[in-house]
Amino acid sequence: MSQVLFFIAAIGALVAAGAVVLLRNAFYSVLALVAHLVCLAVLFLLLRAEFVAAAQVVIYAGAVMVLYVFVVAYIGDTDEVTAGSGVLRILGPLFALALTVELLIALLGSGLSGITGKGAAYRTGFGTPAHIGRLFLVNYLFPFEVASLLLLVAAVGAVVLARRRRGTLDLSPEMEAFATELRPEFTGTTAEGVGIRRVYRQLEAANARVKRISESGGVDEPDDAEQPAPTGVTAGTATPPDVAADTHDAEEER
Amino acid sequence: MSTTTWAWLVLLLPLLGSAVIALGFKIYPRAAGAIGTGAIALSFVCAIITLISLLGHPGDHRELTSTLWNYAVSDGVDAKLQILVDPVSVFMALVVTGVSSTIHLYSIAYMRSDRGYARFFAYMNFFVLSMLTLVLGGNFIILIIGWGFVGAASYLLISFWYRRTTATRAGVKAFVINTVGDVGMILGTILILRQTHTVGFLATFQVLPHVFSHNSPDLVAACILLLVGAFAKSAQMPLHTWLADAMEGPTPVSALIHAATMVTAGVYLIVRLHPLFELAPAAAWVGIVVGCATLLIAGTIALVVTDIKRVIAYSTMSQIGYMIMGASAGAYSAALFHLMAHAFFKALLFMAAGSIIGAMAGEQSLDKMHGFKRALPFTFACFVIGGLALSGIVPFSGWLSKDQILGYMLNRGGAYAVFAVLGYIGALLTGMYTFRLIFRAFTGKPCEEAVELEHGQIAHAEVPTNPGTGEVEDNEIGFPGPEHVIAEREWTMKLSMGLLAFAAIVAGFLQVPGVDHEVSGFLNTSFAGSPRIAAGTEPSVGSEWIELIIGTVVGLIGIATVYVIYVRRRGISAVLQRRLAAIHGLLVNKWYFDELISALVVQPALALGRLVDVVLERGAVQGAITGGANDAVRAGSAAVRRAQTGLLRNYAGLFILGVVCVGLYFLISAA
Amino acid sequence: MSIGWYLAVSAIIFGIGTAGVLTRRNPLVILLCLELMLNAGNLALVAFSRMYGNEAGQIFALIVMVVAACEVTVGLGLLVAISRRKLPIDVDKLRELNG
Repeated sequence: MSQVLFFIAAIGALVAAGAVVLLRNAFYSVLALVAHLVCLAVLFLLLRAEFVAAAQVVIYAGAVMVLYVFVVAYIGDTDEVTAGSGVLRILGPLFALALTVELLIALLGSGLSGITGKGAAYRTGFGTPAHIGRLFLVNYLFPFEVASLLLLVAAVGAVVLARRRRGTLDLSPEMEAFATELRPEFTGTTAEGVGIRRVYRQLEAANARVKRISESGGVDEPDDAEQPAPTGVTAGTATPPDVAADTHDAEEER
Repeated sequence: MSTTTWAWLVLLLPLLGSAVIALGFKIYPRAAGAIGTGAIALSFVCAIITLISLLGHPGDHRELTSTLWNYAVSDGVDAKLQILVDPVSVFMALVVTGVSSTIHLYSIAYMRSDRGYARFFAYMNFFVLSMLTLVLGGNFIILIIGWGFVGAASYLLISFWYRRTTATRAGVKAFVINTVGDVGMILGTILILRQTHTVGFLATFQVLPHVFSHNSPDLVAACILLLVGAFAKSAQMPLHTWLADAMEGPTPVSALIHAATMVTAGVYLIVRLHPLFELAPAAAWVGIVVGCATLLIAGTIALVVTDIKRVIAYSTMSQIGYMIMGASAGAYSAALFHLMAHAFFKALLFMAAGSIIGAMAGEQSLDKMHGFKRALPFTFACFVIGGLALSGIVPFSGWLSKDQILGYMLNRGGAYAVFAVLGYIGALLTGMYTFRLIFRAFTGKPCEEAVELEHGQIAHAEVPTNPGTGEVEDNEIGFPGPEHVIAEREWTMKLSMGLLAFAAIVAGFLQVPGVDHEVSGFLNTSFAGSPRIAAGTEPSVGSEWIELIIGTVVGLIGIATVYVIYVRRRGISAVLQRRLAAIHGLLVNKWYFDELISALVVQPALALGRLVDVVLERGAVQGAITGGANDAVRAGSAAVRRAQTGLLRNYAGLFILGVVCVGLYFLISAA
Repeated sequence: MSIGWYLAVSAIIFGIGTAGVLTRRNPLVILLCLELMLNAGNLALVAFSRMYGNEAGQIFALIVMVVAACEVTVGLGLLVAISRRKLPIDVDKLRELNG
């Protein structure tokens, strides 16, 4: 009986794994993985790992996969991407096959004494939450605590990464004016330290010169009191407050 | 105190003078002149005392050595700090210190406004020290040390006005040619040292006949190499091209170094090492031929040159040719006597030239100076005295000394007589170029500067310029000072020139044939072992007087010729120039020696340098070695960098491949 | 079934996961295949734990699950940030970290 169940679960796991890899639509791959996880839980049960099987279903299939589903929903259905390109299309499966064969040889040909058996003698309570719990809190307390710390770090990391950066894109006008005005001199802002005042002065000089040229009808008389035109800056009719918009647009196009 | 102690003092005083001036150049710069002159004058006094003390020794015991310490004394080498005090070295020391002290006195006024006043006197004292080291040295090592120092001092003093490119170039040229001579000296010394295993002069002379045979190839080669050194130092063909350019230095430098002392070092060398040359007559013939060629060629060049100092420089070259010819032929004391007389009148001529150059506000070209007779009477008188002495007119010193050399050679007969006749032709030339100079500069219509001077004002150049190229300069350090001095107004200059003029007149009387032989008698004790002297090859009194009269007559003919050309009928020189244009061109270009040396030596050396630069430096070193290693590493890292594609799947693939390989390894090793 | 069978299944799932990581271009699917590999490891751990009667393997498997969860969290956060910048969700196009 257990053998039949084993084969059903095993084949289900393998087919689901194949589906994860082969299905084009990311959402279907996620669903296939959920099926795979459930089959694995059955296999765990067959190995008398009750708690692990429960944890698998509840945590893995229940929480992690739901997270996946949410992300797939947010990202949206991306374009049809052809899997693989060039050399790796052939070599990828080849490497995987080589790895599988090696693992099989290593695991099965290793001559471990217990492989052919069905496992050690069953002790009462093997794999029960009570045993697992005691082990966690007595023998493996340190990994337990570290794992919780790891979870904290991951949570914080996720928040930071996925946070929406508030730019000046959707500020109210008075907020935007406040955000882009120049702070008084020598207050130690980073912009000042970087040299933004010098850039503004050069821009003003360039703008004044362009205005003079256009007003005098194309005659260019260099003004001695001017600074030399800065390189790499388009001497358009940009005024200082527009600099922020310029650079932001440039960023957006990237 | 013993003789050698006084000799050490002669050496010590210029060293102290130089050190004291150099160390205090910030504290007491204006005292440098007095310190320098005082040091040399004291050294002269010590030299006189050494002479007197030496005369106190009996005739054949007048070769004293004194060692201060040993550098390296062991089997086969005996290098010591040693001086040899014998008549030759004392004679030379007297000439050097005597003439130097008058020139130092002259320079106190001449270099007065120069910003490098203290530096000048420090260098001059250093030069006197080196020359004294050279002449007083008792072994080859000290001789070579002095030789090198003298070359260095010459370089320092020629490029004294170091911001003038012409001066620095001239200094480098002199130094490089002198280095060629140094190489010859050292190689010659090594060749001799190899066989004699001693460096001391006296020991070498003793061992010489046992080690070398007559005209043995080793010895001939060594002597010719030593002659190369002598020719470089004494500006004989073909290593003479530096002397004319060396006139870029201040006039006192030309007077001291390039007339009286340094250029006579070659003559001293031959005289000091006369046993070697007597044992290798082939080398001595080289000396005679080169000396004779130089005196003729230099004499012809002096006939057309227009820079006043260069005329006197070529005259020096010619007179040194006489001395070298005489010393190589065996007329040792005559050559040294002429050396002394020449030192007097040549230094006098240079000093007078300095005076007239001062009157011309730095201009040195004969084309621009004429008619100074009334404006510079004292300078004119000195020029005339020096000129007459140089031309060998009775009763001046040059007459007695130069014609003694020629008389000796005539007396030796055979091929020597032929060279003596050529020497008389040279004497004709001497008279001609000397008085060409005097007539052109002093007779005729006074030029502007002369007229100004007659009204009591020295000409002053508005903008200081380089007299040779006309480049504009200033008067700061590295260039001549703003003030120009003439002898008529400076008592120090008058005194020094007067002393030399007096010496030029009376020095000859030390060695009048038949009357007295102070010089040769004193010197001949050094040449006691020489077959030249012992065989009594000195000419008889009668034949000597005949030769002396011939010499005067020849000189007078030369002077008369030039008088006609330049004073009586003033157009003739231009006509002659046109008629003999080809010869004139040859002479004005100094017989194309500069071009020849440039083509034979300088251009190939530069080409070799460029070749090495391209092939070895750029090709091998920068290209292959540094560049190659550089490029190899860069190429290697570029190849490795291609694995960093930025593609995630590539990285993952490589990762899996690595795992597979590691697993394979473990599987195989476990099997 | 003998333990060997479970281990074989684990190896095969691992290989399938590797093939997926190496061939898919969507980063999300790559993360899914990474999950496959982690699960294969879990299966092997539990199988061995049954073989030896030692529950340490199951503890290990639980910790692996925790780690997998954290990794997925951060990875998906990255993906969200990438998609918010309107960058293409394609591993072959996100290749600026190259030498």
